[in-house]
Amino acid sequence: MNDIFSNPVLAKALPEAILETLQMVGISSFFTVLIGLPLGVFLHVSAPGGLRPMPVTNRVLSDVVVNITRSIPFAILMVALIPVARALTGTSLGPVAASVSLSIGTIPFFARLVENCLRDVHHGKIDAAQVMGSTKMQVINKVMLRESLPALVAAATTTVVTLVGYSAMAGLVGGGGLGKLAYNYGFQRFDVTVMLVTIVLIIVLVQVIQLVGERISRSLDHR
Amino acid sequence: MITVTDLRKVYQQGKKEVVALDGVTLSVPKGSIHGIIGHSGAGKSTLVRCLTLLDRPTSGSVSIDGTELSSVKDSEIRAARRRIGMVFQHANLMDSRTAAGNVAHPLELVKTPKEQIRAKVAELLKLVGLEGFENAYPSQLSGGQRQRVGIARALAADPDVLLCDEPTSALDPATTDEILDLIQDLTRRLQLTVLIITHEMNVVKRVCGSVSLLAKGRIVEHGALQDVAGDLDSKLARALLPLPASEPLAGALQRGPVLEILFSGESAKEPVLTGVARHFDIDLNVLAGSVETLGGEQFGHLRVQLAEDADADAVLDYLHQRGIGAKRTSTAAAPDPDFAHSAPTAPVPASGDQGGNS
Repeated sequence: MNDIFSNPVLAKALPEAILETLQMVGISSFFTVLIGLPLGVFLHVSAPGGLRPMPVTNRVLSDVVVNITRSIPFAILMVALIPVARALTGTSLGPVAASVSLSIGTIPFFARLVENCLRDVHHGKIDAAQVMGSTKMQVINKVMLRESLPALVAAATTTVVTLVGYSAMAGLVGGGGLGKLAYNYGFQRFDVTVMLVTIVLIIVLVQVIQLVGERISRSLDHR
Repeated sequence: MITVTDLRKVYQQGKKEVVALDGVTLSVPKGSIHGIIGHSGAGKSTLVRCLTLLDRPTSGSVSIDGTELSSVKDSEIRAARRRIGMVFQHANLMDSRTAAGNVAHPLELVKTPKEQIRAKVAELLKLVGLEGFENAYPSQLSGGQRQRVGIARALAADPDVLLCDEPTSALDPATTDEILDLIQDLTRRLQLTVLIITHEMNVVKRVCGSVSLLAKGRIVEHGALQDVAGDLDSKLARALLPLPASEPLAGALQRGPVLEILFSGESAKEPVLTGVARHFDIDLNVLAGSVETLGGEQFGHLRVQLAEDADADAVLDYLHQRGIGAKRTSTAAAPDPDFAHSAPTAPVPASGDQGGNS
């Protein structure tokens, strides 16, 4: 126990590492939902038999963009996207730059989850909304999104947890955060204390995210 | 008043064309309830989707009080839809909204002021007998209560026509009666035009003033309930007044001719059978029968076996002279391809004791 408090690495670098991880997860979660949610809605609505079928666009987005992005292992995608991160943020180092590839990596994943959530909204509800004179936007906002909100929150929770894992990986290639700390000190310098503390912190972070996500999801669910 | 004229809907299934509706024509006057009955695959769902414009008919027209619906522009389709209130089999309520929220849903769509919505919702929930359930979520309500919310929601936009798609098929018999009584009551009070699409003859018997039989995308029979029920040859009469299949009774009359007799209106009150027995001095046995009051008139449908030596033709003449429908028949009730599941007999369980509780 004493070791934890007297460990110079932990005292010096841990607060910053935690902050960087939270920054990466926070920024990329924000952009993943911001872009992934509309993308998922679009994938669902434009599918054949959807609210507004657009077979060609749907095909291109679904098969080419989403599936290809998702089939590239994240470790490779991250490295490959370093030039993009540099173009967008002016640097390839630090949590902000890492958030670019993190977001791009998880947007398609989240969009697929959103698409599945919307698909689970019973078709009768959409019929009912249309018969009462809803516009397509009203169907999307007042029925699809609202009825699947508990599932969407659960999907977002899963995505954020995935982002925590990815952020550790991003730490290795310049993102910083707990991943970098564990690798630099825990692995390369055989500092077991640092390694253990990092692992425990990440476990706690994931548990908190999962717990909060489930709470919110359950409080929204009236089924 | 809703009028449907020569409505056709053809689906493209691969290269094959599937005719789902093949020229449906019907009209329902204001303040009355019309039943459309047919088994699955008859085109009921397609008809519903065409009436609500969820699907565009291939040809033909749907009009409400003279306003044509089927040819409106896409931009006007939402206004047109609001003239029809729809009640679904499973109510199709939004789980994320309370009872009040569900009823308010159609009003929110057209930006009705909040105060007005609140007043209207309270009024509608009272109308369907759900006062005090404003804040209940659908999951906290029973099937019948959910359907009441569905009806209140359907009435929120003050529609002229109430379209009910299997409104009671998911409900138990007692709740079915409650919901049907509610629909009947609302029809009278709000002067609605109501179309009930169903596969249950009991729904038609209980509330409909007129009925159409839909089979293979066509209306094969239609008319006022008492008219179709009084016609011995109509399929609807057989469905409204079903006779179970019956074996000839063992004994004296075993090989005598079998007649099917349909009394209606005044003739139902006459002691016809004993009249036959006395007039011809013969014995007769009732093999099967069904007696009902439909549309305020009494009906009786009997299968009768005469003594072997009886003159069946003379008996038929005697009955026809008195305005009673009668014809020769075989003992077994012929299954009707257009309306097979109307007989009140319980379905025969599959052979073998899979249930394990025989």
